[in-house]
Amino acid sequence: MDAEATGAPGDSLLEARHISKSFPGVAALDDVSLRVARGTVHALIGENGAGKSTLMKIIAGIVPADAGELRLAGRYLRLESPRQALECGIAMIHQELNLMPALSVAENIWIGREPVNACGLINHGELHRRTRALLERLQIDLDPQAQVGTLALARRQLVEIAKAFSHQSQLLIMDEPTSALSERDTAHLFDLIRELKSQGKAVLYITHRMDELWEIADQVTVLRDGRCIGTERPGKLTRAQLIRMMVGRELERIFPHERAAPGKVLLAARGLTLEPHFRDVSFELRAGEILGVAGLIGAGRSKLAEALFGVTPADGGQLCIDGAEIIVDSPCIALGRGMAYLTEDRKETGCFLTLAVLDNLEMAVLSRNFVRFGFVRGTEVAQACADMSRKVRLKAPDLREPIANLSGGNQQKVLIGRWLLTGPKLLILDEPTRGIDVGAKAEIHHLIAQLAGRGAGVFMISSELPEILGMSDRIMVMREGCVTGMLERAEADQEKIMTLAAQ
Amino acid sequence: MRQVILQPGPQRPAATDGRRARRWPPEASIFLVLVGLALAFELLGWLLVHQSFLLNGPRLVIMILQVSVIGIIAVGVTQVIITGGIDLSSGSVVALTAMVAASLAQSADAVHPVYPSLTELPAILPVVAGLAVGAAAGLVNGTLIARTSIPPFIETLGVMVSARGLAKWYTRGQPVSLLTDAYAAIGSGAMPVVIFLATAGIFHVALRYTRYGKFTYAIGSNPQAARVSGINVPRHLLMVYTIAGVLSGLAGIVTSARAESGQAGMGMMYELDAIAAAVIGGASLSGGVGRITGTVIGTLILGVVSSGFTFLRIDAYYQEIVKGGIIVAAVIADQYRRRARDPRTLS
Repeated sequence: MDAEATGAPGDSLLEARHISKSFPGVAALDDVSLRVARGTVHALIGENGAGKSTLMKIIAGIVPADAGELRLAGRYLRLESPRQALECGIAMIHQELNLMPALSVAENIWIGREPVNACGLINHGELHRRTRALLERLQIDLDPQAQVGTLALARRQLVEIAKAFSHQSQLLIMDEPTSALSERDTAHLFDLIRELKSQGKAVLYITHRMDELWEIADQVTVLRDGRCIGTERPGKLTRAQLIRMMVGRELERIFPHERAAPGKVLLAARGLTLEPHFRDVSFELRAGEILGVAGLIGAGRSKLAEALFGVTPADGGQLCIDGAEIIVDSPCIALGRGMAYLTEDRKETGCFLTLAVLDNLEMAVLSRNFVRFGFVRGTEVAQACADMSRKVRLKAPDLREPIANLSGGNQQKVLIGRWLLTGPKLLILDEPTRGIDVGAKAEIHHLIAQLAGRGAGVFMISSELPEILGMSDRIMVMREGCVTGMLERAEADQEKIMTLAAQ
Repeated sequence: MRQVILQPGPQRPAATDGRRARRWPPEASIFLVLVGLALAFELLGWLLVHQSFLLNGPRLVIMILQVSVIGIIAVGVTQVIITGGIDLSSGSVVALTAMVAASLAQSADAVHPVYPSLTELPAILPVVAGLAVGAAAGLVNGTLIARTSIPPFIETLGVMVSARGLAKWYTRGQPVSLLTDAYAAIGSGAMPVVIFLATAGIFHVALRYTRYGKFTYAIGSNPQAARVSGINVPRHLLMVYTIAGVLSGLAGIVTSARAESGQAGMGMMYELDAIAAAVIGGASLSGGVGRITGTVIGTLILGVVSSGFTFLRIDAYYQEIVKGGIIVAAVIADQYRRRARDPRTLS
């Protein structure tokens, strides 16, 4: 293979030594060391949340490390901003594209470095000439004057790539660059990467597509739970070995959810489709059952959850609740049908950060209960909320405190409490324990198991395989918007799920 | 294999912390500003014009009277601001309502009545008509904002211009005068103050104790979370903007009754004073925060400043300069408060 043909790696270009970084409540990186040699492609893989993106961001100067040091070509490197990293020769292609949609391709590529004329005004002729030259050299077929906002996602990715190349960087960091690219564009990108290698530059490459490792990478480093598990040449590893390195921790004993006799079908989806997010999704969810939904980020799981709850309705397929077909095109309807939806992003779509814990708890149930002639029955709802906060073991000194003062785990318990107050029979949970410490996690698992035990149906999306395996009765695996497998609890293991999720 | 065992967490004593129980309401600081300003004018009064500022009943009534109309509008605008929106149309809606209501309240003595066959009507008719005009303007605002994605600033700016134009077009620019005594009574004496305080009281209760109020805060605090929580956000916004329109209409009725005429130039810049009152009172333009009590205090601060400067016989120019400074200071204070509360803005 091409990647192996380059042989022994050259001098070290970038060295990261003993890097640690923690965010409130979570250790994202713990003593990670990495060495990238000139003229090589170094891949970084790991499960969601393993710390890959955090490490990249530290190397690109976007976030500072708590401890450890970086060396570029042997020289100690102290980065305070992405701009500084660029000046040192480190460029990053982001997973979420950082382009300005209202500006043209040329303006985006050269932003901050535009050629100016004698009066200090931008010389557009020169700008476009340079852009054309760059795009020609990279053999990218794009109009320099096209507005970026009008381009398709894959084309925008090409703009990002051109931008990164224009910096003449020594080290190019690519965070899942091929996730939006077609096969042809991917092959083209790999050609560009190989050219970079031949110029003695280095590429640090994050990917979820494991096949790419053998095609392009010289070295692969596996991260798991913020730690470096190992660095190896891809040729020396099999796919199964890599997967084991990625997920290989001991399975923590999560609350055994006693499987009740499966009840009647609560929710049946047939051929649900919402392009481009997911297509032809069919499943059944029974009373008392926990259906785990596994997959990588971008597999369409969250969009499916949104569609089930009517936040962004599906544009094809059928949904039956209790055997009757219904159209759920707004959350009000879903709420009226006894559904509850814990969203993936606590801050963006969950908490009312300016309001008190009490307001956050009661907001969903007020649509259905505790209101007479428009007036909220204050004492009753406060009593119900106090009971609920005990039930979810909320640690808050006073329910009148702003929710912003609580820790992430306690905020999550408030949001779960908000939905439990509505007495749901169908729960949609999207990453119910993300970013939460172990103790709170166990408590939340316990609550979920309890609910299922009482006959509620639970649709649980999680990127943590131990959680999926420990909690679910059945596991639905999704990849790129399609259901790739439905596993019974007994037959499922981490490797089977990873194989179905990442191909 | 590690075992995770669930144990009850350490039990904290619930809400017995004395410091928390005796927390100051958020309006306390702004109330101190009001008191401080009043005392400053009192002191300057004795030094400069040898009179008391506060120990003068009629002046205090006039002071509140002057800002009552602003206050009525501000009660509506506060609710709009809590949803994260803004209403720039209120001043123009005041003018339009004043014209329409006055045209239906003319006495038989009027020289060229707008509707010669509709003079000497009972006062209830122009009042209802005025409120309906306000509601219609609010309905337009609410519909466009809730059903399209136009920013409230732009949408209400458009209605502000159009409503002012409609007010002028209605009588081709002619003022409407000689109104019935029954209608004029709405604006005479301390009636505007009563109407202002009653309005404030009603919506204070509505915001704090009703589902309408809870949902208003929820939408302003996080519109996406509000939608996911099953709140019908467009319908609720429609309601809030309509209420703000009705209150602008009420302000137009009071203004025309007090002046005993309707003029197309009425209510000029009132929307900005009302927004200022709400913001000084602690409403946050990013939504989710604000209280009617704060807005009432903010309105009174505007009243104290204008009345105090007149009392000290200082030019009106200075008064405007200082008022502008107070508004900016209030917004800066709001930024600091939010930064202290929301850790996201620190990064």
